[in-house]
Amino acid sequence: MHPIVRRFSRFMTRHIDGILLSAILLLMFAGLVVLLSAANGNFSRAWGQLANMLVALGVMWLFANIPPHYLMRLALPLFVIGCGLLVGVALFGEVVNGARRWLHIGVTRIQPSELMKIALPLMLAWYFNRNEASLKLRNYLVAALLLAFPAALIVRQPDLGTALLITASGCYVIFLAGLPWRVIIALGVAGLGSLPFLWSVLHDYQRQRILTLLDPTEDPLGSGYHTIQSTIAVGSGGVLGKGWMNGTQAHLDFIPERTTDFIFAVYAEEFGLLGNGILLVLFLFVIARAMVITANAPSLFARLLAGAITLTFFTYAFVNMGMVSGILPVVGVPLPLISYGGTSLVSICIGFGILMSINTHKKLVQT
Amino acid sequence: MSELSINPGIEIRDSERELDRFRRRLAILGIFVLALFSLLFLRFLYLQVIRHSHYSTLAEANRISILPIAPHRGIIVDRNGVMLAHNYSAYTLEITPSKVPNLEATIDDLATVVEIAPRDRRRFRKLLEESKRFESLPIRTRLSDEEIARFAVHRYRFPGVEAKARLFRQYPQGEMFSHVVGHIGRINQREVEQLEADGRLANYRGSDYLGKTGLEQSYEKFLHGTTGVEEVEVDSGGRAVRTLSRNAPVSGNNLVLNLDARLQEIAYNAFGDRRGALVAIDPATGGVLAFVSKPGFDPNLFVDGIDPQSWAELNGSPDKPLLNRAGAGTYPPGSTFKPFMALAALFYGKRTPQQAISDPGYFNFGSHRFRDDKVGGHGMVDMYKSIVVSCDTYYYVLANDLGIDPIARFMALFGLGSRTGIDIPGEATGVLPSTEWKARRFSRPEQKKWYAGETISVGIGQGYNNYTPLQLASAMATLANDGLMFRPHIVNYIEDIRTGNRQPIEPTPLRNIGVKQEHIDVIKQALVGVNKEGTGARAFAGAPYVSAGKTGTAQVVAIKQGEKYVESRVAEQHRDHALFIAYAPAENPRIAVAVVAENSGFGARAAAPIARQVLDYYLLGKIPDQPAKDD
Repeated sequence: MHPIVRRFSRFMTRHIDGILLSAILLLMFAGLVVLLSAANGNFSRAWGQLANMLVALGVMWLFANIPPHYLMRLALPLFVIGCGLLVGVALFGEVVNGARRWLHIGVTRIQPSELMKIALPLMLAWYFNRNEASLKLRNYLVAALLLAFPAALIVRQPDLGTALLITASGCYVIFLAGLPWRVIIALGVAGLGSLPFLWSVLHDYQRQRILTLLDPTEDPLGSGYHTIQSTIAVGSGGVLGKGWMNGTQAHLDFIPERTTDFIFAVYAEEFGLLGNGILLVLFLFVIARAMVITANAPSLFARLLAGAITLTFFTYAFVNMGMVSGILPVVGVPLPLISYGGTSLVSICIGFGILMSINTHKKLVQT
Repeated sequence: MSELSINPGIEIRDSERELDRFRRRLAILGIFVLALFSLLFLRFLYLQVIRHSHYSTLAEANRISILPIAPHRGIIVDRNGVMLAHNYSAYTLEITPSKVPNLEATIDDLATVVEIAPRDRRRFRKLLEESKRFESLPIRTRLSDEEIARFAVHRYRFPGVEAKARLFRQYPQGEMFSHVVGHIGRINQREVEQLEADGRLANYRGSDYLGKTGLEQSYEKFLHGTTGVEEVEVDSGGRAVRTLSRNAPVSGNNLVLNLDARLQEIAYNAFGDRRGALVAIDPATGGVLAFVSKPGFDPNLFVDGIDPQSWAELNGSPDKPLLNRAGAGTYPPGSTFKPFMALAALFYGKRTPQQAISDPGYFNFGSHRFRDDKVGGHGMVDMYKSIVVSCDTYYYVLANDLGIDPIARFMALFGLGSRTGIDIPGEATGVLPSTEWKARRFSRPEQKKWYAGETISVGIGQGYNNYTPLQLASAMATLANDGLMFRPHIVNYIEDIRTGNRQPIEPTPLRNIGVKQEHIDVIKQALVGVNKEGTGARAFAGAPYVSAGKTGTAQVVAIKQGEKYVESRVAEQHRDHALFIAYAPAENPRIAVAVVAENSGFGARAAAPIARQVLDYYLLGKIPDQPAKDD
């Protein structure tokens, strides 16, 4: 091999985790295959998604090459900006579909809650890392407040799904940072006790979604329609599935949002239990590898951040498949690496980039 | 980092402990991940293995839809194959109200793409009130190809609006046949219930229309056909994607009528501006050759639901175009009753043909004087003359001699005062007066009693007498056929177009009324005399065939004692009705006809010329160049 090629190859792969990358590529490939079917064999969507994937992989490479301590410096400013934008949304946001989620900045509009998905775990990891030597109950309380502030703003938009995911990622960090068990148990008991109160503050449509989950047949053409049709798709797939491009639920347009949030219904219908098992194994493999990286991360900051990324990825996958198969309420969560859409793909890959960076920069830190 | 240099040992130990704790917590989360993924897998197992057949069935039910295919409705043609009702294919624009959030806005929007007249909107609103929300209702019918193309371009803007190819019923002869052929219309809720009760509803899945009047109603069973079934794969919007199986519909049977469309047209036009009715029957079969009620209406208006304004115009018109005068209009027969009275006299042996009376121009009954039309009377009048000159006095006396109940019994033999049983609905009974009828008809005791004086005016076809033109034509046909009576029927045969099988309607006679031929011959001779030298002579002057006829004039309002009826002084709608009954040729009758021209005065003057035109065409093929003029 020519030395320049060798040096370039080393430059490209130095901070890439091959194991993680191959699993990611397999999932992406599966995503393209299903997408082609979900789009009724129309290649334009698949080409678009392929382009999204290339961009996301590029971004992943970029983040893999950023040493974790640079990210640490970004934590506070990102969080402050994120919170500022959320306040801006609450005050001047644009209402789309009855929810105030978007903010116009000059030429484009942004959804600050997306930024918060990265900024919050970063901030909490930074905060715990800063106070690593003397973690007291007070620190957990501060962390909880740091979590509650943006989460509350997002709940008010209202965007319950994103708020829950962000809260989950924050909770993972706090849990991993060593929140004492007695506090966890106390909180658990208090949480159960306050369920009736939570119910009372939910919006009507949010309550409807939860009620729909309990009995989707109550409103089969309204809010229960998504769940009923996607459950039928999954169930009718059977053990081996109806075969690629042969899903009747998908191709006759019974599955709503079938290239994005409900793409798993198409997958399950066409590839059956066997396909679902393979998909779960692939996801588990990615999570397992990410956990190994997390466990071996060199600093508290890196460990907490890697843990949050890993478990957020898991949460997305679980919530999405749970919603499609009818055990969780319908929330707007894409299936990571599979659903069509550039934004979620890029943000997932940023996470994997950070994981790879954490994994490959520790030797440099140690030396 | 400075602390680290002071006491590195403790820090490292602490750090190790921290790391252990972190890893324990991470392991707990790993178990959490495994547990939740296992839960998911169990859920998949449940859905895809245990409940698989259930969800498969649901998916199939989603996918497959059973669609009815409406059969082609049978066509209706006259005896020569002239089309009276047929189908043509055209596009309609239909809205399913349940799928459209704002109907008015959608219709306004649609109006920018295809023309929607206020009339269409009114009709749509009416349909909307009568139907269910999930039925698709036409907002526009008969769209041009260009309009369809324009709608196709804008289709995406109109969920719940569809362009559909439909078979339409059309009545090319329009108002001339409105009361015979009738029309179809959209099935309403009451009819749905009726169909369900009859067990016929399943065959009407996919049919929006049903025969509402005329032959379309009475022969509905034959015309409709059998609905086919198509199993199609549908998408979530209910649109058919492909056909899985198909069971073709069976077209309805065709009706071939006894009616002669040209004869009908000539008869209709012969009335000119007058209102009235004409029924022509083939005496040898009972086949109805012409069945005219004038004015008629355009039955095509009713096919897709008539708009309220057109309906109000038709329903409110003083000319009553919606009334089927021929079958449901009842009129006093006037002097056309006399030949039947004379036959009754012979039948009961109350008169001989030669027996004559002296007519002073009136008949006194108690304190009441019944006047003859001719002041001073007709002199000596025998039976022949009584019919030819239409002498009232002869029949005043005769009626008094016969009595009301024998008259009623005899007239019932000819079918007067009862429904003929013709094969279209809505026939009126009319009134054949008798003591029993009067007792039934009235409620107060003094009204229930029959007064002998009332019999007198019955003798000349006035009083309570009230018959339909159809009954008069049928009675005349029976007389022409020497007492052998057929049920009048408009349809000649029902034709199955697949097998070519023809099912004839009523080919056998109902009954022979049982009057001696010699008595019938006396009356027939007198009826020929009417058209040769009597009240019908002017109308039939120069006819190359021998015809038999009888004029009649029916009072619309009673004239007071001592007053004379002067036509010009009476409001148009109170003027006398002109009647004429006839058959021809006299020796071998091929056509019998009854004509009523409303408020037109003397039967000889207004009604006989109409009958002349009809007979001339039917027997000679002569086509008149203008409506029949008053003689």
